[in-house]
Amino acid sequence: MTKVNCSIDVHHLTRVEGHGNIHIDIRNGELVDAKWAVVETPRFFEVMVKTMSPARVPFLTSRICGICSISHSLASIRSLERAMEISPPPAAEKLRLLAMHGETLQSHALHIFFLAVPDFVDTPSVIPLVESHPHIVQAGLRLKAAGNAISELVTGRCTHPVSLVLGGVSKAPDKEKLEALRAQLDAVRADLDTTAEFCSTLQIPSFVRETEFVSLRNGNTYPAIGGDLVSTDGVRRDENDYLAMTNEYKPEFTTTKFTRLSRGSFAAGALARFNNNVDLLRPEAVSVARQFGLEPVNHNPFMNNIAQLVECVHIVHDAIDLIDDLLDDPLNELKTPWKPKEGAATGAVEAPRGILYHHMEVDRHGTVCRGDCIIPTTQNNANIHHDLAALARQAADEGKDDQEIRQLCEMLVRAYDPCISCSVH
Amino acid sequence: MQHLGFSTNKLKIGSFDFTCCEGCQLQLANKEETLPEFLDLLDIRNFREISSERFDDYDIALVEGSISRSDEVERLQAIRKQAKILIAYGSCACFGGVNSLKNHFPPDECVHEVYGDSPVETLPVRRISDVVKVDFSIPGCPVSKDEVERIVVSIATGAMISLPKYPVCVECKQQLNTCLFDLGEVCLGPITRAGCNAVCTTGKTACLGCRGPAEDINYRSFRELVKEHGLSLDEMEEKLRFYNCFEEFRDDES
Repeated sequence: MTKVNCSIDVHHLTRVEGHGNIHIDIRNGELVDAKWAVVETPRFFEVMVKTMSPARVPFLTSRICGICSISHSLASIRSLERAMEISPPPAAEKLRLLAMHGETLQSHALHIFFLAVPDFVDTPSVIPLVESHPHIVQAGLRLKAAGNAISELVTGRCTHPVSLVLGGVSKAPDKEKLEALRAQLDAVRADLDTTAEFCSTLQIPSFVRETEFVSLRNGNTYPAIGGDLVSTDGVRRDENDYLAMTNEYKPEFTTTKFTRLSRGSFAAGALARFNNNVDLLRPEAVSVARQFGLEPVNHNPFMNNIAQLVECVHIVHDAIDLIDDLLDDPLNELKTPWKPKEGAATGAVEAPRGILYHHMEVDRHGTVCRGDCIIPTTQNNANIHHDLAALARQAADEGKDDQEIRQLCEMLVRAYDPCISCSVH
Repeated sequence: MQHLGFSTNKLKIGSFDFTCCEGCQLQLANKEETLPEFLDLLDIRNFREISSERFDDYDIALVEGSISRSDEVERLQAIRKQAKILIAYGSCACFGGVNSLKNHFPPDECVHEVYGDSPVETLPVRRISDVVKVDFSIPGCPVSKDEVERIVVSIATGAMISLPKYPVCVECKQQLNTCLFDLGEVCLGPITRAGCNAVCTTGKTACLGCRGPAEDINYRSFRELVKEHGLSLDEMEEKLRFYNCFEEFRDDES
């Protein structure tokens, strides 16, 4: 029998970063209303950067987000280095990539274990799992700790990086500590196996809505810092053309903006990176994707959780190789000297939750005069909004009750791993 | 229950965030090796970011972020009414933090610049203590998990709580770092409260003062120090403004 009426209101959704509300209303089988409304307080970072010295900007913009501060710092750095034609030394580029790996690993581990998994095992938080699934929680904590250890060694601390600066990095990590980090990463490979095995027992909801996926692509390595802007609908643009890729607009019911490209909305994040760059993943990661039947182009948003796991596998193996490379490097050239000069450019990076753009303009006095930041969650908000409507309609057609529909809708939003305070910056 | 040989009661705790990046509450989930023991001290009653269960019978409220909207004022007042102890943690909560940089621009300009013709509500940024009584402050951007853990354990065991009174310079010297002033940068280490283990200067970047002023600071001699090194007073001013915690610098000057 088809269920015809459903009314759901989730005020300040839990287990996500920031404040957002879900509203669903179905009457007599017709969807009357489905909304994903962000109610976060804006902070106006784009105004704050005006009149600031370029050197200070990455330290400010990293504060946009407590989870992906390294991505924000590096997006500003890339934008300002391109604007002022500064080329960082190769060793600094390797260290920056390693820092990105650390951030993505801790962010994905936090999301998979602390935020997403409780829904699949029906507990309100990860805390009861400490008793019921101790080996899973321990594996999750070790993976998250390994990510934080990378960020801490490479950037000085795990949130709000210290040593990522314009021109390069301010300090090289100690080689003995790099060796120890390598050993720590080698050890968590077993935790990745444990996690994959555990995740294969979870019931991923079957829901498909055809979607356009947007990410970076450089053609040589799995994307992290810079590259072309691509979509699964065949769009390819230069990094500086970010506005044509995002087309921001603001609906009245939310404090965040929405974006669109070839369709009404698009998605960014681990699944988007996977869908556009599967050929550049390490074989160990591809084999985990196969275990879950994950192949491009996958249109099930719940599979973003699995794409994150696949990326964790890629990152751990790639970070080990990067460390080997750095151990052979004298690390004596870390920073290119620079002077402020007039210019404007975009810096795009793949933050844990998807493609992140900073665009900065420096005036002839060497001061930043304009800034624009477009956040992955901002790009996902419209897609979440449209997915919610389709998911609620499908669940109501299947005769699910309000409680089940509510749970599915919450899980859908969490699968995108939204970073809401980041999206309202 | 016992913690380090002291008998304790589990602390009924709530964690709440306002205008901020939520990076401080994320620190609570860090230091993974001691996380299970730390969680064992706490009865988490309300912590939206990690749990779907929310109760309003907490005794201790950890409050992160600054205040920049009228609905935040109401929410904060309700938290104050419930909590026996309210702890402001992080530079946004303690000083307004980087959010306060917005206050240097006219509010209309802020809204128009970002939202064009679709205005949103925003008020000048305020500290938590501008709105309600704060029992204890833990500064830092972000806070250090070590310090939060030490303070929470102290509350659980009834021990004395204090922050270092001396400046970051002391911790920096202990690490045998080269002085940032000698590398040509204005560093706020000489006037900023220690307790961060000089993490920024050890990473060879200048202290931006996220922990606020140390006690008994001589601002005049700090200004002289900047001049003696031939460094820019504009750079000094930009750094003093960064976390909004050195207004008294100007009071001292006038």
